[in-house]
Amino acid sequence: MELEQLEHTATAVRRDILRMVAAVNSGHPGGSLGCTDFFVALYFEVMNRKKNADGTPIFDMDGRDEDIFFLSNGHISPVFYSVLARAGYFPVAELATFRKLDSRLQGHPTTAEHLPGIRIASGSLGQGLSVANGAAYSKKLNGDKNHVYVLMGDGEQQEGQVWEAAQFAPNKKLGNLTAIIDLNHAQIDGTTDNVNSNRDLAAKYRAFGWYVDEMEGNDMADVVRTLKKSQEDPDVPTMILMHTEMGFGVDYMVGNYKWHGTAPNAEQLTQALNELPLTVGMTDY
Amino acid sequence: MKKYEYTEKKDTRSGFGAGMAELGKSHPNVVALTADLAGSLKLEAFIKDNPERFVQCGIAEANMIGVSAGLTIGGHIPFATTFANFATGRVYDQIRQSVAYSNKNVKICASHAGVTLGEDGATHQILEDLGMMKMLPNMTVINPCDYNQTKAATLAIADHVGPVYLRFGRPVIPVFTPADQKFEIGKAWVVNEGSDVSIFCTGHLVWEAIKAGEILAEEGIEADIINIHTIKPLDEEAILASVKKTGCAVSAEEHMLNGGLGDSVAQVLAQHYPAPLEYVGVHDTFGESGTPDQLMTKYGLTADKIIEQVKKVMARK
Repeated sequence: MELEQLEHTATAVRRDILRMVAAVNSGHPGGSLGCTDFFVALYFEVMNRKKNADGTPIFDMDGRDEDIFFLSNGHISPVFYSVLARAGYFPVAELATFRKLDSRLQGHPTTAEHLPGIRIASGSLGQGLSVANGAAYSKKLNGDKNHVYVLMGDGEQQEGQVWEAAQFAPNKKLGNLTAIIDLNHAQIDGTTDNVNSNRDLAAKYRAFGWYVDEMEGNDMADVVRTLKKSQEDPDVPTMILMHTEMGFGVDYMVGNYKWHGTAPNAEQLTQALNELPLTVGMTDY
Repeated sequence: MKKYEYTEKKDTRSGFGAGMAELGKSHPNVVALTADLAGSLKLEAFIKDNPERFVQCGIAEANMIGVSAGLTIGGHIPFATTFANFATGRVYDQIRQSVAYSNKNVKICASHAGVTLGEDGATHQILEDLGMMKMLPNMTVINPCDYNQTKAATLAIADHVGPVYLRFGRPVIPVFTPADQKFEIGKAWVVNEGSDVSIFCTGHLVWEAIKAGEILAEEGIEADIINIHTIKPLDEEAILASVKKTGCAVSAEEHMLNGGLGDSVAQVLAQHYPAPLEYVGVHDTFGESGTPDQLMTKYGLTADKIIEQVKKVMARK
């Protein structure tokens, strides 16, 4: 997809996120908005995904012969759902059911509702990198040359399991794995530095044996370029430190950790949507 | 009382190892994982034949559970192995979210369960694992009783789609079930037919129940001995059929009473056929160091204790 079209799609996704969380007065807009450009680049440009002749995606749990993605910080489900829907995995109209009773769009992503595009439940933090390790190992055993991506939060780096998983991937030579950390420096209780600092994440992952890269997560061109480059080494997994602004796209949310898990009220929603006008050809759900 | 004899004693974990060796040949998608306990889990034969399908995770059980969940994506059947304590309590949330809730085809295979782990003491002697695992939706829970049954269960779970917890142990005990048995998940095994009392037993307590049954028979008490090797799904039909015949029951397990097999039996009886029930198991306490035999005696996990509870429950009829 052309860069301009990716950006138009990102705007529509940001509107989805805001409307989804506002509709149920719950959910996590901050990290979702910050990671929107990443998700759009990944699904609409970077990943090799299986598709039907008409371009609609094919989803099966095994995900053989295609790139696959896991979301470890499951609370940013709004952006995941919106991008999956807009990529054709399920109807965009279904976004209106987010967090409601009997919805396939649970507060945190789950396989229990058989929503196409979801391969693991996430929400309890720290588990996604391990699952991605296993899926990357599985692809190697199958002789499948495709790639595995996983996104984690920076607050999530405080979980011990992340470091068990971090040790595993380079030791097992999982060069078909790219992990991304959303480095927005914020978590529920405040800034990551104040809550429990990650200190030098790049140095830590390098010491564990990863190839460490960085990218500007709210610069679409940089996201596409950096993600594509990460597929080059067959034996060394890549860790990308993705610099983002929590709440990117909505001025009053940017850089304020209070928007980690708070929904905008009606007035705030209108103000936010006015900052994100739809472009020609794009519509709301 | 039906006669049970044995010619050798073996550990149930070796039955698991033998099952894995067979699966290595018959199931090209089976992968064995361990957290630095390949020797204790008797994986040597599997590893020798299938080095590429063995994943050494090191002492990192949480990651091992997640890696197992990931391996199912792409069609592999991971058998994640370690001691029962580290396979359950240490990684409960990883199993809950990445395996049970996500409904992944992961086999969690746990050795050294219960007090018969012996001298290492209470840090390693988990007595709560069956309870934790049976509470998880989607989870099948199996606790076989000897080498042959453990081997048969290991083969059976490879062909069952869904998360499984398979629990076995360290001590050498009599091998008294047939080598060629077919293991049916969820189907209780009638060890002996009797009409005076039901004994529902699992794991290492099945042999104790047989010894108890022999002594009781000499006293004119015929016990209906039912081996509940599958804790979940529970064979409610077999439990009810037996108690309708005998009118009372004793449960026997190497596990905490809270959350164990006895609890499951009590639920079935309370709902469908209230009848007196007595328990053999561990009463709200941690274990300690000692030999397996010493610990079984001290914690009341013996044929003698089963006999005591049989008499107690029969008096309540």
